[in-house]
Amino acid sequence: MMASSYKDEDGHITVSGSGAAAGGGGGSLRSKKPENTAFKQQRLPAWQPILTAGTVLPAFFIIGLMFIPIGIGLYVTSNNIKEFEVDYTGVEMSSPCFTCSQNFSWNSTKPCTCSVPFHLDQPYESNVFMYYGLSNFYQNHRRYVKSRDDSQLNGNEESLRKPSKECEPYAKSNNKPIAPCGAIANSMFNDSLELIYIDPNGTKVQIPLTATGIAWWTDKHVKFRNPGAENTNLTVVFQGTTRPVNWRRPVFQLDSDPDNNGFINEDFIVWMRTAALPTFRKLYRIIQRRSNVHPTLPRGNYTLEVVYNYPVRSFEGRKRMILSTISWMGGKNPFLGIAYVSVGSVCFLLGVLLLIIHHKYGNRNNAAEISH
Amino acid sequence: MLRRRLNRLFGGDEGRVHSRTIYVGHKSCPPNEAYIPPKFCDNRIVSSKYTVWNFLPKNLFEQFRRIANFYFLIIFLVQVIVDTPTSPVTSGLPLFFVITVTAVKQGYEDWLRHKADREVNEYRVSVLEDGRRIRKMSAKIKVGDIVEVEEDETFPCDLILLQSSRDDGTCFVTTASLDGESNHKTHYTVADLESDLQYLSATIECEQPQPDLYKFVGRMHIYRNSQEPDVRSLGPENLLLKGANLKNTQKICGVAVYTGMETKMALNYQGKSQKRSAVEKSINAFLLVYLFILVSKALVCTTLKYVWQSKHDETWYNEKTQKEKETNQYLKMFTDFLSFMVLFNFIIPVSMYVTVEMQKFLGSFFITWDKDFFDPEIQEGALVNTSDLNEELGQVEYIFTDKTGTLTQNNMEFIECCIDGFQYKHGDGSSELDGFCVTDGPVNKIQQKAGREREELFLRALCLCHTVQVKESTKQRQDQNDQFDQIDQVDGLGLDHGFLDPPQKEMGFIASSPDEIALVKGAMRYGFTFLGLESKNMKILNRNKDVETYELLHVLNFDPVRRRMSVMVRSKTGDILLFCKGADSSIFPQVRQEEVERIRMHVERNATEGYRTLCVAYKHLSAQEYARADADLREARLALQDREEKLMAVYNRVETDMILIGATAVEDQLQDEAAQTMEALQGAGMKVWVLTGDKMETAKSTCYACGLFKKNTELLELTLRTLEDGGRSREERLHDLLLEYHKKAVQDAPPVKLGITRSWSVAGHDYGFIIDGASLSMVLSSSSEPNSRRYKNLFLQICQNCTSVLCCRMAPLQKAQIVKLVKNSKGNPITLSIGDGANDVSMILEAHVGIGIKGKEGRQAVKNSDYAIPKLKHLKKLLLAHGHLYYVRIAHLVQYFFYKNLCFILPQFLYQFFCGYSQQPLYDAAYLTMYNICFTSMPILAYSLLEQHICIEVLLEHSTLYRDIAKNAMLRWKLFLYWTALGIFHGLVFFFGVRFLFSNPALQDNGQVFGNWSYGTIVFTVLVFTVTLKLALDTRHWTWINHFVIWGSLAFYVFFSFFWGGIIWPFLKHQRLYFVFANMLSSVSAWLVIILLILLSLLPEILLVVLRKPRGPHARQKKSSAGDPQSPQSPARPLLTRTFSDESNTVI
Repeated sequence: MMASSYKDEDGHITVSGSGAAAGGGGGSLRSKKPENTAFKQQRLPAWQPILTAGTVLPAFFIIGLMFIPIGIGLYVTSNNIKEFEVDYTGVEMSSPCFTCSQNFSWNSTKPCTCSVPFHLDQPYESNVFMYYGLSNFYQNHRRYVKSRDDSQLNGNEESLRKPSKECEPYAKSNNKPIAPCGAIANSMFNDSLELIYIDPNGTKVQIPLTATGIAWWTDKHVKFRNPGAENTNLTVVFQGTTRPVNWRRPVFQLDSDPDNNGFINEDFIVWMRTAALPTFRKLYRIIQRRSNVHPTLPRGNYTLEVVYNYPVRSFEGRKRMILSTISWMGGKNPFLGIAYVSVGSVCFLLGVLLLIIHHKYGNRNNAAEISH
Repeated sequence: MLRRRLNRLFGGDEGRVHSRTIYVGHKSCPPNEAYIPPKFCDNRIVSSKYTVWNFLPKNLFEQFRRIANFYFLIIFLVQVIVDTPTSPVTSGLPLFFVITVTAVKQGYEDWLRHKADREVNEYRVSVLEDGRRIRKMSAKIKVGDIVEVEEDETFPCDLILLQSSRDDGTCFVTTASLDGESNHKTHYTVADLESDLQYLSATIECEQPQPDLYKFVGRMHIYRNSQEPDVRSLGPENLLLKGANLKNTQKICGVAVYTGMETKMALNYQGKSQKRSAVEKSINAFLLVYLFILVSKALVCTTLKYVWQSKHDETWYNEKTQKEKETNQYLKMFTDFLSFMVLFNFIIPVSMYVTVEMQKFLGSFFITWDKDFFDPEIQEGALVNTSDLNEELGQVEYIFTDKTGTLTQNNMEFIECCIDGFQYKHGDGSSELDGFCVTDGPVNKIQQKAGREREELFLRALCLCHTVQVKESTKQRQDQNDQFDQIDQVDGLGLDHGFLDPPQKEMGFIASSPDEIALVKGAMRYGFTFLGLESKNMKILNRNKDVETYELLHVLNFDPVRRRMSVMVRSKTGDILLFCKGADSSIFPQVRQEEVERIRMHVERNATEGYRTLCVAYKHLSAQEYARADADLREARLALQDREEKLMAVYNRVETDMILIGATAVEDQLQDEAAQTMEALQGAGMKVWVLTGDKMETAKSTCYACGLFKKNTELLELTLRTLEDGGRSREERLHDLLLEYHKKAVQDAPPVKLGITRSWSVAGHDYGFIIDGASLSMVLSSSSEPNSRRYKNLFLQICQNCTSVLCCRMAPLQKAQIVKLVKNSKGNPITLSIGDGANDVSMILEAHVGIGIKGKEGRQAVKNSDYAIPKLKHLKKLLLAHGHLYYVRIAHLVQYFFYKNLCFILPQFLYQFFCGYSQQPLYDAAYLTMYNICFTSMPILAYSLLEQHICIEVLLEHSTLYRDIAKNAMLRWKLFLYWTALGIFHGLVFFFGVRFLFSNPALQDNGQVFGNWSYGTIVFTVLVFTVTLKLALDTRHWTWINHFVIWGSLAFYVFFSFFWGGIIWPFLKHQRLYFVFANMLSSVSAWLVIILLILLSLLPEILLVVLRKPRGPHARQKKSSAGDPQSPQSPARPLLTRTFSDESNTVI
């Protein structure tokens, strides 16, 4: 761009220059006088900021004064979030799920169940989000991350019949294409968790759990599509494919609700969004607040009813169930608050320090400058 | 290229013959002998490198010979072959882009060359064959063809001039395209040839082609009816070179002697050797460090991967594929290593090379565009021949400058003369009737005068003893092309408007050296006007307005060894006279001794005043003497071998026993602002050495005038004169003097503090060193080897401790020797040579940076230089402003590039620790590819083109600022470590900041969680913003372009991310980033963490900037001058206060 504009302007000089040269030099062939433009003479008007103690000091103070309150706000918000976590892996003998975890077999037809009792000290007022957490599970392993076929998941019929090579070794089973193919889908978390509230007077109340709204809207509505036309029978569509080897049910039986079945099953979509770190949590269910009078989850005793399908002990993993309320900043995480407070106070302290330095030594500098 | 090499190969057996024989017009000569047409190459010129067929392989081969390209090719191939985390596209695309752009550029250039070749080769020329004129293509000309060339045409090959349309058998040519000299040169036909070339039967014997433009020896045998052939000598004056233009002559005929790739022009067409800048060396060193980092990262990861795998064996949820299971363990390890290399290879970016190249190429335009470099006299500005050395201009430590034409204007003015020991000074020059140009008795105005006869003899000598030509006036050539005349007028070197009478006004002089014109004009001022040379008769208009005619018998040309020239003329009365003029040292031994002393006094006084002096002598030749000299000269001119030596011997024999008449003094004025320029350059810490072929006295006075030597400078002289003092052998004396000077200048000098080395504030201990060519060759080539090395060292140490060094009486090669000596001395200082003449070419080529001055001595220097400027004074801005800025820009560019790629890749590396060392990339492939190409490349390019950390006026005013960047200051290891540490710090902040945030990945207010691609996108966003803002912090000069580019690339990043994540791309296998960016922006926590991390990363930077308090006073001045950019340079402050304050600045 610059080179061409140079040429243009050069041509321009030739025209204007030859007139002047004819007067002075009497017939020089071509004047090469450079054009006097601000750009070419490196004289473009410019703002020349100088960072001095004077300009930076207020910035430090402002940052400090802004960050500390933000940090405190964040910290308080994070602290106000109620979070409860229960590990139901069943590693210890005393754990109610110990037997389930011990006797796990892929082939068992009878699901193993266990119930984990726990106690909530505080009532959970607003909507409560129920997560499952896995530890030491490398969902971000490269071989794992790429083992999926997004085109199949987007409802492409061709990919449904012919899964991508990336899905190996979970592309085909018994010469039938796997739907959904790949390691991610194959290892989908399939424990079912139920929450039972035990009334102070002993009655068990099942807490209603909402299974929708847990996946990104765009994932559910655009990125993941069932093959075939809208509202066709999924069983027909998926004919000729087989379920992933570790699944107990085919993909079209994930849920009874047709809007939450097949590839657009939200549990499935959530699982398919691979986690960033080997210890992660994923949204499982939402407990909607029903009334303004009663808290969503009152204080008291609960049991977590687990259908134990998902083996983690082979890789020393852990399974957790997490109940958490949510604020505008998301789940409970004191990091941001602490970070903001510390950065803010460091800024503030530096500001003070600089002010002192500036005050003490700045005068001398000024004096030295004047003497020049 | 190849063809030439082949020719050389075949020339092997031809070469033994030493000469080639050419049959003029392809006629067998003598007629009865059998005619064997000799084989010569045709007249096709091939300057192109490629053909359509070999372009692709040859160009690719050449491109991949570059280490960097090869490295990226390897990476690309690894990506194709091995299962790597990133697709081959990520590195293939940039590489493909770079290769294609380069190939297109080179292809285009070659196409231009093809076109130019075709134009030359298909040019129609007239060839005389059997008396008929045939038009044929230039490429078809064969050696021996008789070619006809018309006015303003270019000679199609090297021709021997046989016939000219001018009566006197001469023709004029300009060799502008060969050596750039635009003045007309006279060439002569071979004497006494048949007027009808059809009947000419002759052979030419001449040497094999050689590249020296000014050398040619040959012999022509002309066969007439008689059996004994006539022999004529042929010299360069008979040879018309391909590429030169015929001027002022209607048409000529010549016989082709060298054709095609054997012409002197083609032989001279050679690429200059590539000079590499210090910055490039630094880049390579840094590259090695980064390569090491890259390899060690890959090694660490590979090792840890296998350690990790031994514990975490294959899990049920993530089984290996069949292929993976089957591969050999060691092969697997190796491919894993390669995969890690590929994953981290972005740490050494392709784009850096592209950006550096672009910066250099585009940046060099600012030099050509600078209007301060425009010289209205020659209507030209600066010229950049190579853009590779821009930054080297900011690193110069030694300047080697030529004197004549560089420090001085090479604009000669006749000042005074001395005849027989009496001084004649022309009046103020305001009135031309002053002095003694009044016809009668002007002499008496000054009390003592030499006899009138001597006076007139002297003036006649000035009028006759030269090779000046009178340019024809416009009137006479009215019939000629009008436009042509106009040009003639313009380049009339000697056209003198002030002094000539109106009828003479149209007269101009052409000469190879301006001294001669000055002398002829000087004589004219005193009443003797040279009217011109007409068929061997020189005409002079004497004081009585009579025309005197002299027959020119011989010209004994000037050469730098003899340092004199003579003419032999026959006056009307039949007396044969020899007039000789030359340097005093070369004339005095050749004349009778009695006159010498009186004149020597004047000459020396003139020399100390800085004038160029010439002595004039004459001699009567008796008829016998002349006959002998004539015979000797003719014989020597016919010699095919050692012609030069033989001629020289004859010249020396003739030029003896002459009578000294007088001496002339010609002033060579200093260049504009020469002294200020020198002062500024010295203030900038550069050492200025003057290397000249001139006399010591003249050179010394120039040095004083330029302020290189000052009143209190103690001169240490090592010249023949001082060597011959004391009466001992020169060798011993040299030894003593060297030791003495060494003691004085090196040992006794107070130890200079580091940091202000090379400062010139140590008043009182100012030394200047003078050495002449003869002494230098003694120093450099002493008899014994250990001595020689010792002398060299002593010499260098003395020189390095002197403020300025003057080397006089230097041969061109000695100049280069000195440059080489300094270049290779301890610390490898960066040298710069500046000169204007052909004699400076060797040192221009030798130095790190060669600068040519577009002066009067032709264009040889300009052609061979890296940069050419019209005047010496432009050097100041070129170095202090452009050089300084380019260096700062490119140094920052390099450091920044390494930094930004380090903090780009470090999170990727750290992520391996959290993903089981599985080579999982943190960023999406699009981000990996685009990071260096789109998101972060433009701001740094704009910065590296526009940055002025200190504005130009301040840089020019405070030359000491140049010292701040001396010795590659911005690319030292310490700073490199700082940048590396900064990169590591930023990388750590980015990664772990987000890592802690992701300890709870539920970051949205609807409880939904983020995955690994969100993680990478947050890190990447922080990265792009931080890196760009870091550059913004470093930018001291915000033009609208900077604003546009910096904010533009950030906006582009955001826009691109939305766009990239907004669509399900059908060609992508994985829709990894689908709505990731938008979702990220919907999370308050992500916003907060992005802001926090950017600020945290930049915090130490801001703190450092404040604490460093850079150049307080300059910054302030910058502010004031920035407000009014058009303000003229403020007047220089008194020397003392300036040095003091600037000195104290550098100390602080």
